[in-house]
Amino acid sequence: MADVPAEAPEHCPGTQSEDAGKVSACQGCPNQAICSSGAAREPDPGIAEVQVRLATVKHKILVLSGKGGVGKTTFSSLLSRGLALNNSEKNVAILDLDICGPSVPRVMGALGEQVHQSGSGWSPVYVDDNLAVMSVGFLLSNPDSAVIWRGPKKNGLIRQFLSSVDWGELEYLIIDTPPGTSDEHLSAAQYLSGAGVTGAVLVTTPQEVSLLDVRKEVDFCRKVKIPIIGVVENMSSFVCPKCKFNSDIFPAETGGAIKMCEELDVPFLGKLPLDPQLARACDEGRNFLSELPDTPTSQEFSKLLKRIEEECQKQP
Amino acid sequence: MLDGVKHIIIVLSGKGGVGKSTVSTQLALCLREGGYKVGLLDVDLCGPSIPHLLNLEDQDVHQAPQGWIPVYADKEKQLAVMSIGFLLKSKNDSIVWRGPKKTAMIRQFLNDVYWEDLDYLIIDTPPGTSDEHITVMENLKHMRCDGAILVTTPQIVSVEDVKKELSFCERTKIPVLGVVENMSSYICPNCQECSNIFSVGGGRAMAEKAGIPLLAELPIDPRVWQSIEKRSSCVTLMPETTIAKKFSELALAVVNAVGENN
Repeated sequence: MADVPAEAPEHCPGTQSEDAGKVSACQGCPNQAICSSGAAREPDPGIAEVQVRLATVKHKILVLSGKGGVGKTTFSSLLSRGLALNNSEKNVAILDLDICGPSVPRVMGALGEQVHQSGSGWSPVYVDDNLAVMSVGFLLSNPDSAVIWRGPKKNGLIRQFLSSVDWGELEYLIIDTPPGTSDEHLSAAQYLSGAGVTGAVLVTTPQEVSLLDVRKEVDFCRKVKIPIIGVVENMSSFVCPKCKFNSDIFPAETGGAIKMCEELDVPFLGKLPLDPQLARACDEGRNFLSELPDTPTSQEFSKLLKRIEEECQKQP
Repeated sequence: MLDGVKHIIIVLSGKGGVGKSTVSTQLALCLREGGYKVGLLDVDLCGPSIPHLLNLEDQDVHQAPQGWIPVYADKEKQLAVMSIGFLLKSKNDSIVWRGPKKTAMIRQFLNDVYWEDLDYLIIDTPPGTSDEHITVMENLKHMRCDGAILVTTPQIVSVEDVKKELSFCERTKIPVLGVVENMSSYICPNCQECSNIFSVGGGRAMAEKAGIPLLAELPIDPRVWQSIEKRSSCVTLMPETTIAKKFSELALAVVNAVGENN
């Protein structure tokens, strides 16, 4: 019963139920009139708003991972930059739904930028001719201040992000998420249900601790009916800059992402080796792909990118 | 329920994957091996990793008249563990909950677990500054919470999020015990060359700037995970390694910092 509000009376039938507002438990509930009128059973008006706003967006890709710090934002930034490079005549955008820890502005080199309001909605920040960025980081007056919000408030902001940003015509919209399977993810899935999501890319590291959480994310995608484009294994191995010895910093005790993908029957997209230069490029907001195109990480990423693009083209 | 708990320590970090759970687990093991009775509470509901890190994945929580009986990691019952992982049927199951439901669960974890007498209760949190954190802070307001340990990696991206956590601690009036810089460097097992994969010194610089103690700088060492199966700390298993030395320094620093608060 996901639709029972938090402060509802005991035995609340749920706002979506046929009996909402009509059973004995509803007596005395301040929302009884709303429930019995059937207004609560109408779909959230936000869904339609988002659908209208995102009608000009062709492919919407969610980047998810159960665990934090596995490289979602790094991957999202590479993905948006790679797509923008490959499709120079088309527009790409990245949307940061991590409200408590927005790192997209830094990684995209857009720190300190401001969002402007116009008649047609919020104007995103452009870091390139065809690459737009939107994040809660642009709305904070002090970058060190914490956003201490509970779920419902985050939900409201996500709805606004999805329905009020003036993206224009977009070929790809990359949506970067915080770790977990909670408010942000549910809200995104719910509001995007009308507009439709092309699919989700799940990011993990090879360790079992991370795979454990990604299994939960796969379960989540199936529960909310988001197609899975595939799984990316990040930080797969580390090549010592001195002796070129390849070591597994994050050992795949249980066979890594490949084995998990087999078990859960989801596509495995590829592995990205750990490269300290990539971490540095992200810290400094530089474009790793165009600056260091010959590194093994860039090369592996191009293969991944190709697979993701193909996967998107398959869908109408 | 927490009346018999002498010290409560919260492990926080704005960013995910920086090693909160690893630090919490190793700290709990170190303290237990130092002769203390320790509780470890995992309030990460969407991604509980503590059961895996202590090799307790198939354990169950039992209900007793006094409350929920935590899972004990050892025969001597010196390390008690509670996590939502113990309540899930399969490791593939996801907890897809919004805030209010998470709040209720955490309240139960704080109020209904029968910890008995503990020297230290370590609370491991998910990344961020949202429902889980607000709930823990609200419920601990009436109790003596000794303080928070902030974990970060040296990268700017992580330090930035930890600064937010610091402002969270200030606003919720939780004392900060100090900062742990994790994944400071990596020693190549072949040539012993030290690489700063995730840059270096970010945690130290932040601690200095904010005027809070730097508790430890921990290198990356994949061998830490070997201590999983044995359920004993890296300090006991491989005392000669750098990481073990750093962890025992950390445990000592925490014991001292908490002792001063009394």
